[in-house]
Amino acid sequence: MKLKRPKIKSIPYEEFNDNETYEKLVKELNENGVNVIVKKLDDLFDWGRSNSLWPLTFATSCCGIEFMAVCAARYDIARFGFEVTRNSPRQADVILVNGTITNKMAPVLKRLYDQMADPKYVVAIGGCAIAGGPFTKSYHVVKGVDKIIPVDVYVPGCPPRPESFLYGMMQLQRIVKAENFFGTTNRKEKDPQTLSESLESIKEVVEKQQEA
Amino acid sequence: MEEKKDLQTPEVAETKKAAAAPAETPAAPEAQAKPAAAKPAVTKPAPKPELPGENEIKPRLVEPEALHDEMLRLRDEEKMDFLELITGVDWGEEGLGCVYNLWSTATGKREYVKTVTPDRENPFIPTVSDLWTIAEVYEREVLDFYGIKFLGHKDMRRIFLREDWVGYPFRKDDKPEEQNPLKMENEVLSDTTVEYNRDAEGNITETEHVVFAPEDYMVNIGPQHPSTHGVLHFRVALEGERIKKIDPKLGYIHRGIEKLNESYTYPQTLALTDRMDYLGAMQSRHALCMTIEKAANIEVSDRVQVVRTIMDELQRIDSHILFFSCLCQDMGATTAFLYGFRDREKVLDIFEETCGGRLIINYNMIGGLAADIHPNFQKRVKEFIPYMRKNIKEYYDIFINNVIARNRLIGVGNLTLEQVVSGGCTGPSGRASGWHNDVRKRQPYAAYDRVDFKEIVRTEGDSYARLLCRMDEIEQSLCIIEQLIDNIPEGPFQTKTKPIIKVPAGKYYSCVEGSRGEFGVYLESTGDKSPYRLHYRSTGLPLVWIMDAACRGELIADMMAINGTLDYVVPDIDR
Ligand code: SF4
Repeated sequence: MKLKRPKIKSIPYEEFNDNETYEKLVKELNENGVNVIVKKLDDLFDWGRSNSLWPLTFATSCCGIEFMAVCAARYDIARFGFEVTRNSPRQADVILVNGTITNKMAPVLKRLYDQMADPKYVVAIGGCAIAGGPFTKSYHVVKGVDKIIPVDVYVPGCPPRPESFLYGMMQLQRIVKAENFFGTTNRKEKDPQTLSESLESIKEVVEKQQEA
Repeated sequence: MEEKKDLQTPEVAETKKAAAAPAETPAAPEAQAKPAAAKPAVTKPAPKPELPGENEIKPRLVEPEALHDEMLRLRDEEKMDFLELITGVDWGEEGLGCVYNLWSTATGKREYVKTVTPDRENPFIPTVSDLWTIAEVYEREVLDFYGIKFLGHKDMRRIFLREDWVGYPFRKDDKPEEQNPLKMENEVLSDTTVEYNRDAEGNITETEHVVFAPEDYMVNIGPQHPSTHGVLHFRVALEGERIKKIDPKLGYIHRGIEKLNESYTYPQTLALTDRMDYLGAMQSRHALCMTIEKAANIEVSDRVQVVRTIMDELQRIDSHILFFSCLCQDMGATTAFLYGFRDREKVLDIFEETCGGRLIINYNMIGGLAADIHPNFQKRVKEFIPYMRKNIKEYYDIFINNVIARNRLIGVGNLTLEQVVSGGCTGPSGRASGWHNDVRKRQPYAAYDRVDFKEIVRTEGDSYARLLCRMDEIEQSLCIIEQLIDNIPEGPFQTKTKPIIKVPAGKYYSCVEGSRGEFGVYLESTGDKSPYRLHYRSTGLPLVWIMDAACRGELIADMMAINGTLDYVVPDIDR
């Protein structure tokens, strides 16, 4: 089957750098074949989703300031539909990990990620988020956020230039466009706990406390 | 020339040699002369490295038993009202101890005191937190990294690392990574704390204090919060809508920079300063370069001094614009945020052209600069000055004179002169309360002694004064740049240094006026190629610490405005 090529407005397909990885990903996603009618609907949904990815404002250090610059007048992230930065993980689609993640911050980041609603994406921005950056030798720095949460796109740089931010975000758009929304992406999330399950887990906690 | 040819295949090299031989001989001297001219010129050879430089400090040794009385005497009799820094040091055999930097606002005199305890198991030193409030946090920092407990300090909890951290990472014999694998469970914060004292028989007693009582109504702000300017955690106790108490939790971006520095050579240590206070990158790096240059007797040319001064001031403008933008953003004025960033980009363009970086600039080097200024530099800066003067008026129109902004800032978050001095709040935040603390005036460095500018000091001490102070400083910075930009002296942009830079054994301290206060560097060397201890005086740490005093009794809704006008950068606090 010929792979469908997603269209990103400002960059032609051939000019993206790592089309091989991308094609591999698309192939994996479509391994079991796709439903012709549903796929059409998928495309419509993915078009909408990819143009309104809402990032969580999550910035721990230097890269965060560049992220602010990307949001501001000159680079204007609003052109791509990413300008609705959310302060609550509940309302965000994508978490941009801007900056160093330290050991003390790691559980907090994990918690934020867990709080986000599916489908959710992670973009690791800057050397620090990718592999610890200039601080890899430190005793208090996590050597890459992919040790804690799954990462979809890596944007290298220290800090990356605003253009690389945008490029990274466009790569994410391509991933979103390749996904089959119905039946897979929208079902990623586990079913919510039923009432009896919740009661059981509460009981467990209470019992543990009583023992202690 | 010879080396290059070696890389080619033999036949090609030979034919070329034959063909090029006659033509090459006359061309050679010219070709050689050019790179030599482009290379930084050699000025005076550095004097013998055995002599420590002019910024060497010789702290007076005071026994722990006598420390408190001596400090009290210094504060009251010698008017040492400003406790600049406490540096914990592990002196190995000698024991663990601290170096105290004192600076008198009234007389301008400095004092350095050192104390040391040989007991590594249970080191105790008396506190000075009852004399200067800033010592509260400095001493907790020392506890965190060196495990020295301060007798009489009311709150001996860790401040940067997790409460369940094992060991004291800055001790030379500690292995932090082995003892502390990455923990993914959430940190449990205790509500009680402990105070150590020595009773009449000489035994250590422990007293428990309550930080937050069960009946306190608590709100957690951070670590993930859009307006804390980084990852910072405030535990806030409320009485209705009024703030009763704030307990800052730091360390969410503690990257261990000071410890890393101990394993780096001097040029390598430079790289990390830009990443601490990224809005004061030029100044922090300037401070570190200056400390090393003075300590190792490396002379820098006049050109370098002037360019550094201009860059520092551009950085200050950049930082103050960003301060304005973020404050507006935090208070809900997004338009003003965009205005600020529009102008900030102009400064970044200037940086980028000369230095190659926008935010992390890496421009100052030991002995000079990474590169000479770009040919366009002067033109661009001269265009920028009137541009900024015009645009700053818009800031007043859109935000500063706006009635909502005035109502929310005037009279809110008051700090008195005593509070800022005792709390060590340097920079515009301190000057807004009437403290004359500008390092550029008090202890001129680089080219500040040859320019004419005003130290902006106000007396109101509220959030609005802090905002105005910074706006006026932008104008003063423009004024400084204007005086220097046409008078950049000719000269080399880099002094030739030895391939391996070593600093003579000793202790050194130098400071500069950063964007948000005094940025100091304490350097202790054993004569090696890496520092024995490199400690930074963070500009933001006192500002976070003063939050409690500034916010008590204020509405919780105003907390972010107060926090915004104090203007700190968290990676600089945590280091
Ligand atoms: S990658 Fe570089 S710029 Fe980004 S957070 Fe890390 S040190 Fe800062």
